[in-house]
Amino acid sequence: MKYAYFPGCSLKGTGKAYEESLLPVMKHLGVEMQELDDWNCCGATAYMAVDEGKACAAAARNLAIAEKSGLQQVLAPCSACYLVLNKTQHYLHEYPGMRQTVARALETVGLRCEGTSAVRHPLDILLNDIGLEAVKQKVTRPLKGLKVAPYYGCQIVRPYATFDDQTNPTTMDRLLEALGATVVKWPLKTKCCGGSLTGTLPEAGLRLSYILLKEAIKRGADVIATVCPLCQFNLDAYHPKISARWEPVPIPTVYFSQLMGLAFGLPDNQVVLHRGMIPMKPLAAPAPAAAAAR
Amino acid sequence: MDIKRTIKYEADRVSGFGREVMAVPGCEALEHCIQCGTCSGVCPLSIYMDYTPRQVMELVRSDFKNEVLQSHTIWLCASCYACTTECPRQIRITDIMYELKQRAIKEKVYPKRFPIPVLAEEFTKMVHDYGRISETWLVSKMYLRTNPVAALGMAGLGMNLMKTGRFSLKQDKIERRSELARIMESVDQQNQKAQA
Repeated sequence: MKYAYFPGCSLKGTGKAYEESLLPVMKHLGVEMQELDDWNCCGATAYMAVDEGKACAAAARNLAIAEKSGLQQVLAPCSACYLVLNKTQHYLHEYPGMRQTVARALETVGLRCEGTSAVRHPLDILLNDIGLEAVKQKVTRPLKGLKVAPYYGCQIVRPYATFDDQTNPTTMDRLLEALGATVVKWPLKTKCCGGSLTGTLPEAGLRLSYILLKEAIKRGADVIATVCPLCQFNLDAYHPKISARWEPVPIPTVYFSQLMGLAFGLPDNQVVLHRGMIPMKPLAAPAPAAAAAR
Repeated sequence: MDIKRTIKYEADRVSGFGREVMAVPGCEALEHCIQCGTCSGVCPLSIYMDYTPRQVMELVRSDFKNEVLQSHTIWLCASCYACTTECPRQIRITDIMYELKQRAIKEKVYPKRFPIPVLAEEFTKMVHDYGRISETWLVSKMYLRTNPVAALGMAGLGMNLMKTGRFSLKQDKIERRSELARIMESVDQQNQKAQA
């Protein structure tokens, strides 16, 4: 299995723990990821607010490079990248005017985008290409007793529900259970974290993150598992500000891939739990009897 | 005391604005809005808005251009798409918000030191110049243009990012920047031609 890998800017920056943990996990499962040659920023939510045509053209450059590479499947772990690349595919297919503008623009540099590649999320690949059975076989250190609140956020399920339910997604729940963790019932799993409003309008943005953290604690979770670098940043890095404004809500937020690495028994430098500001408590060592039974 | 009229006059309308927006690909379904208010109900940010999403939909359709382009609402939309998935008339409300943001930026009618559109503009510039975003620089530029004093309050955050190895001053860039620039230039030229 080989995929074109579109990391996006955050996975090279503040969200590096996502890349650092996802790459070894995928490798461990026999998945090959080839980073897209000279990829550019997807445009995220900001570019669409300024110029839709250019936002689509910039995103389409990446799709064109993917098509040129011969790899049909693009793996986009960041929620914003995943949404924007999917949205661009939709626009190119649905709006002839946009298709023409983008095609002409790409032509000036000898690129073509047919819109044939599939933009996929790692959860989709893990459940539908690799399968939970294969994941389970790699688990050497089940996350027994770890109570996890699975946080999907907005942009992988909305507006394009390509691989999961829009209001009650369950792919991450099932993955976490395959790792041996206990999934906490947490109805806020697709509620907005505030996105970039945490920085631009803290009163509104931070409050949304605060609500998520508070409710996760109330539901008995030990940790929140996320799929998005911006959600992780908001729920983790802004903790001191949230504490100062309302109350301390100290619950760690990690990427699902970090929990996978932990369950696979991968070394610390591939699980990178030290990247989080709210530290995750170490897992209880397996009881001697249980360890002997294995 | 600042006393303001709370009811709109018909004379406040900019005739044709609604039609214009509804002609944009993706915004057509607005015509079918039944004003049920589902969008406002599911919106996590509507409690901060000057007009709720439902009101914005009707204001657009009824040609109240100045009211919507100057509203806070369009900038408070965090693109969570809850309204779009829940709308019983399949109106792509989030995309309409994007269309309105673009128009507000084009006509420069947003408050000058309002961080949200400033962030969007700086983001776009950075993609244009380098092809990639470096978060530290992006956020610094936004603060410099909107509220330099508040940047001091972010020092603690920077320190914490440094401690966890997530802080970087490196401006990431792509190799073929001229290629991206040519693509963008071509889109601009095509748009200008279409407008002429």
